[in-house]
Amino acid sequence: MGVIVPTKPNSAAEAALSRALNDELADKGFVVAQLDKLITWARTGSMWGLTFGLACCGVEMIHCWMSRYDLDRFGFAPMPSPRAADVMIVAGTLTNKMAPALRKVYDQMAEPRYVISMGSCANGGGYYHYSYSVVRGCDRIIPVDVYVPGCPPTAEALLYGVLQLQKKVRRTGTLVR
Amino acid sequence: MADTLTELGEHIAQATAGAVTAHQVRLEELMLETTPDKVIALLTFLRDDPKCLFKQLIDICGVDWPEREKRFDVVYNLLSLKNNLRVRVKVATDETTPVPSAAPVYSSAGWFERETYDLYGVWFSDHPDLRRILTDYGFEGHPLRKDFPLTGFVELRWDDVQKRVIYEPVKLTQEFRRFDFLSPWEGGIERELPGDEKATKAS
Repeated sequence: MGVIVPTKPNSAAEAALSRALNDELADKGFVVAQLDKLITWARTGSMWGLTFGLACCGVEMIHCWMSRYDLDRFGFAPMPSPRAADVMIVAGTLTNKMAPALRKVYDQMAEPRYVISMGSCANGGGYYHYSYSVVRGCDRIIPVDVYVPGCPPTAEALLYGVLQLQKKVRRTGTLVR
Repeated sequence: MADTLTELGEHIAQATAGAVTAHQVRLEELMLETTPDKVIALLTFLRDDPKCLFKQLIDICGVDWPEREKRFDVVYNLLSLKNNLRVRVKVATDETTPVPSAAPVYSSAGWFERETYDLYGVWFSDHPDLRRILTDYGFEGHPLRKDFPLTGFVELRWDDVQKRVIYEPVKLTQEFRRFDFLSPWEGGIERELPGDEKATKAS
């Protein structure tokens, strides 16, 4: 681990921005922003991940929330209930027996909902591709937004996947999905 | 250790009067063979005899020998905490002959037998609840049999029209391939593996 030197904020530009905001607030009493940008900002800033840990990838998913990588700092909090979650992380081997349950949980999530498929098994069956009891990719059951490769992917890889999903949400920028 | 086990094997064979058809000690492990009609008597003896006291049933599993007429072995692994011993009991059977359930002798046997039934299709008579335990609901076939194809017969996907998960016949875009033809882990390879020519030959 190298020592990370934080980049210094551009103090002059920040001061100018905050002065402009303050002036506008004092002048008009409100600040104008674009609604879609505001909404996507809010969405990316508080994504709650449904922890669907099915196998060893689940452990790596837990690492991602632990102190070293700390997904919470992106507003990405673990949420065991599908009703309140925004993102489902399918972490592990999806078997035939589990598939209807996965779909049921996905259907219980409120729109807009996103899916991260984590690990080779969830992406395309992986090691168990030719097995009689494993679904060859969880995208046969639910639509997937981001695929994280690896067996299992490191916590960093999942973190990168989460950031990619946030980027996708920001760039798509639609209100209704 | 081997002597103790041999003695124990002879003791069991004598005391159970013909229930043990064969007993041998290999790799410091005692193995007994018996027949389906005698297996409950043998297991009860093994549990209760003061020289045995195999009170714990570690596992019941199956083995498939397709070339044999009685193609299945049912294997009972027992542990005696009192005497610090383990023993393995084997029963041979086929697809139609049931093995009496060990559930009255060992209360943990129920699920083990369900698993053996599920994966091999061995029947257990007088079992309290002989259902599948591991495979999918409505699964057909017994996957650990040697004649069961690796990829099975059905695969499933979500059908957006019917709004449910549907089963379809397996359709593989690429057949299963084995790339590792030179694996040293495959037993009985006569040919030379890459790099072997550098080694000094054993005389």
